[in-house]
Amino acid sequence: MSAAPIDLQREVERFVYREGYLQDRHEYDAWEALWTDDGVYWIPANGDEIDPEREMSIVYDNRSRIALRIRQLHTGRRLAQTPRSNLLRVVSNVEVINAAADEIEVRANAIIFESTPRRDTLWGTRYEYLLRRVDGTLRMARKKVMLVNNAKALPTLAFLI
Amino acid sequence: METTVTTTTHPWSRLLHADGVHGSVYVDRAVYAEELRRIWRRTWVYVGHESEVPRRHDFVMKFLGPEPVIMSRDADGRVRLLLNRCSHRGNQVCTKPRGNSAVFTCPYHAWSFGSDGRLKHMSLPDGFPGVDRSKLGLAEVTRVASHRGFVFGSFAADGPSLAEHLGGAAEVFDRLVALSPENEVEITAGFLQHKVAANWKLLLENETDGYHPTFVHSSIFGVAQSGIGQLYSRNSAALSRDYGNGHTECDLRPQFRKLDVPLGWFGTTEERLPDYVRDMRAAYGEQRAREILIDGTPHAMIFPNLFIAEIQLFVLQPVSVAETVQHVTALQFKGAPALNRRMRQQTMGSVGPAGLLLADDSEIYERTHQGLAASGPEFTFIGRGAHREREDEAGYRIGDITDDLPSRGIWRHYRSIMESEL
Repeated sequence: MSAAPIDLQREVERFVYREGYLQDRHEYDAWEALWTDDGVYWIPANGDEIDPEREMSIVYDNRSRIALRIRQLHTGRRLAQTPRSNLLRVVSNVEVINAAADEIEVRANAIIFESTPRRDTLWGTRYEYLLRRVDGTLRMARKKVMLVNNAKALPTLAFLI
Repeated sequence: METTVTTTTHPWSRLLHADGVHGSVYVDRAVYAEELRRIWRRTWVYVGHESEVPRRHDFVMKFLGPEPVIMSRDADGRVRLLLNRCSHRGNQVCTKPRGNSAVFTCPYHAWSFGSDGRLKHMSLPDGFPGVDRSKLGLAEVTRVASHRGFVFGSFAADGPSLAEHLGGAAEVFDRLVALSPENEVEITAGFLQHKVAANWKLLLENETDGYHPTFVHSSIFGVAQSGIGQLYSRNSAALSRDYGNGHTECDLRPQFRKLDVPLGWFGTTEERLPDYVRDMRAAYGEQRAREILIDGTPHAMIFPNLFIAEIQLFVLQPVSVAETVQHVTALQFKGAPALNRRMRQQTMGSVGPAGLLLADDSEIYERTHQGLAASGPEFTFIGRGAHREREDEAGYRIGDITDDLPSRGIWRHYRSIMESEL
């Protein structure tokens, strides 16, 4: 398809940068508010094209499990995030792949530096988003996080990626 | 000059007390080296499940402890455990995680091996006049045996049989497969691999530690309206059990029997899984099916590396003294698609690097490993509930669910291995 109109490209970029900022800052509620009611947060394992209904994924959260994950973080007793990871991410290569009436498919790349008391970890990932316009603002209906090393043994990943 | 090789024997009696373990046993490289020799390269170690290689020439890469092995089903349908090393110069013959192939061809000099490990072809054969090909197959794990489809390997040519090694814990597998209307478990959902910077024995002990869930998992129990917390409370009827040979269990059945709700162990009801319940009744009869569905699946740690964790299966792979990989997948019951779907969903939420439960256990493993490196106190204390140890009808030691009895059993067996004659 032809390139997305500049305003749409800008709007989408603003959305994914904002999302990344909220994740880096552990702004759990503001991040959760970005989801649609039917949102799916998916981090596949063992490749990017597995069937999550049949095979194990690192995360395959429906909307209620996203909420549960957030509630657990809010307890302050989620040991794997006590203390919270110190995070810095660079999100780039944002491309609008498809833009239908209210749904926009987006892909982007991210490099995330995570520092915890015992280790520093560099995470590299491709993102695929399905964004939907709800009451005039963009929301996430789906976010797929394709870690480049998802076929290998990984350390704990308890922050929002 | 003459070189004297001295073998240092560890003074195990000074490191392993009845109610505590010296910190160095977890963090000392020399201890780990000795474990490789005495545990991982001698005893029965779980490798994989027959259902992972259902057809002839299917293969999947596995580990026997720290060592990679190819689990392969040969042309005759026999499951083989082959070492991934070309008999020529030692290159790895297989680099795919799984597949189906009658032949493994080494990319270095194009020697090829059958799915039974036998050498099939040497390239440019004119250079090998009179060479006996039958002696140049892939090496195999010395002994291979299975129980209920669970395949174990041992590098020891002799020693206890798998049945002797499992002993009473064999019934754990029998209880597990009973949850399938076809009396079979399948491992088909793929594995998550979660690595932790901790000694493997911290995981081994934690798997049947019924004391920690209330504390380590309070963050999720509190927000998920989970019934698990109650199971591990002081008032729970659940038991801890030591089967001997290092195998331990959290026996949750007494508590589930008290509740008396079929499928209550899984937090669901018969109404929600009507097809499954119908098939279970058809397979086992109304009464027996009800008992199975009340009892639920076992929670047992098979020494040294297989954790049957109710709805999922963990395989512990030691990588070094301070690194362990947990391979985990949802258990799947043959003939139970609706239950299996829920098992996968629940497993994905609970375990792996982002798991709502296991990320927190793993945090504790790593902090404990670092804690144990501190010089004092020298010993851990695992004496909880020693005063109330008792025996069940079969003569196995049991205790309250929150007691340290499983750890004491593990260390008793560990000491017998480390002190035995090689």
